[in-house]
Amino acid sequence: MDSMRERFAPVVSRLLDEDPRVAVVLAEIGLAGFEEARRRHPDRVINVGIREQLLVGAGAGLALTGLRPVVHTFASFLVERPFEQIKLDLGHQDVGAVLVSAAASFDWPAGGYTHMSPGDVALLDTLDGWTVHVPGHPDEAETLLRHAVAADDDKVYVRLSEQSNARGLPVDGTRFLTVREGRAGVVVAVGPLLDPVLDATEGLDVTVLYATTVRPFDAAALRRATATAGTDVVLVEPYLAGTSASAVNDALADLPHRVLGLGVGRRELRRYGLVEEHMAAHGLDAESLRERIDGFLGHVGRARTQV
Amino acid sequence: MTTTATEHRYGPGDGHRHDIDRYEALTGLMELMSGDEKHGPAATSTLDALWVLYDRVLRVGPGRADDPGRDRFLLSKGHGPMAYYAVLAAKGFVPVDWLAGFGSYDSPLGHHPDRVLVPGAEIGSGSLGHGLPLAVGTALGLRAQGLHDPRVWVLVGDAELDEGSNHEAIAYAGPAGLDRLHTVVIDNSSASWALPGGIAARFEAAGWSAATVDGRDHEALFAAFTAPHPGRPRVVVARVEPKSA
Repeated sequence: MDSMRERFAPVVSRLLDEDPRVAVVLAEIGLAGFEEARRRHPDRVINVGIREQLLVGAGAGLALTGLRPVVHTFASFLVERPFEQIKLDLGHQDVGAVLVSAAASFDWPAGGYTHMSPGDVALLDTLDGWTVHVPGHPDEAETLLRHAVAADDDKVYVRLSEQSNARGLPVDGTRFLTVREGRAGVVVAVGPLLDPVLDATEGLDVTVLYATTVRPFDAAALRRATATAGTDVVLVEPYLAGTSASAVNDALADLPHRVLGLGVGRRELRRYGLVEEHMAAHGLDAESLRERIDGFLGHVGRARTQV
Repeated sequence: MTTTATEHRYGPGDGHRHDIDRYEALTGLMELMSGDEKHGPAATSTLDALWVLYDRVLRVGPGRADDPGRDRFLLSKGHGPMAYYAVLAAKGFVPVDWLAGFGSYDSPLGHHPDRVLVPGAEIGSGSLGHGLPLAVGTALGLRAQGLHDPRVWVLVGDAELDEGSNHEAIAYAGPAGLDRLHTVVIDNSSASWALPGGIAARFEAAGWSAATVDGRDHEALFAAFTAPHPGRPRVVVARVEPKSA
């Protein structure tokens, strides 16, 4: 199986062939995958060099002329470094783009903290009108990339990762999927953390929702799930822990509820190594997840028994 | 007081377009915003370059806002936009009776322009260093659609060139041969640390065609704005009185 990042260039190359509005903007990273497309569409595959302010600014300029820019580099250099360009050149100018990131929170642990971006989704949450897709499988990435490019002039972020679930699900670019149903809590698993969540909740009486589009947050799906599974909600997100906690609170504002936000911690580990080691360090491996989910939900069970 | 006379002449409805579509009218239009006479042409560094562009160079007009073939003018130095609004009013983009509300809650005309609110404004600006990268993308976008006729202009200030984002754009546009791209730098010597070797040299080193002219001399500006520069982007450095003078 290819990775999401390996799927990206072939999918967007086909979109370049199909839709004359589509243009790709790169800052060296990912260029090799577009060599063929660049020969066919020399004016719509643009590499600005290692210049990320220009990457986003030029992408926005393309949008001002009516094109649909697909802007790509590692998440840390796409969202964090040129954040004001995202805020002003896209948002304030009232134009859209598809930002597609690679490397996620710690896809390349040996590369260290400079290439980790656990805060990307939280940063976009400070802005209005962003759609955020977090695919959990290369097939889902393909679906969501096509959905993102076709979304008129919307501002869309697609967060690709080397981490993947074993199989893709039929995601639609909007709604959460119900993967498992129970009565003693709702676990929302985001993108590539579905498999660890399914392992962790094996045998627990919980509903598992699968989210690959996290903004807008599918509040209706969460509310439906809480009708039978109760209003104890665990979020398991592959970026900063608690990023969607306020979205859950908003969805359940008129109901007593509890939220546990699991995800990547803020503390800089200053460790290299492997993805699996970083998953464990952030408590996102199946064993740690089970312990924390069980502890959160079990505590309520005991409390209710005492009453 | 001049304001009263000006309001009388160029008041709401601006039925006398021929009266205001001239350079001499700009001072009066600016006074509608500032409420006094402190903004003579010499007090506004951008006024002459803006006027020559809109009066003689740019192929734009209030009826062409959505015309893909129009020239694009991007005001990157959004600070002190009275001259820009005055020119837009003189050219019929903005109703003259909007000017008096400058900066107020209900006015579309802020102390930094917003493209969503101001007819004719191609970009919103204020934070420095955004216009040149946007202009690069605009030039690329027009080229990608086979629109080789429209020219793209961006106006920046000399101190604005402190921002590194400009240098990303300058260093890319030259080698990329973006010959539809034009930058006018209003140089009022306001940078604390002037570019070593001068502004034009910085652009020339990146492969741009460059000229430095008197930013108050309309004929010199026009000649510099319209000189051919095949295969290269063009910068015109318009020198005006030092800000501190």
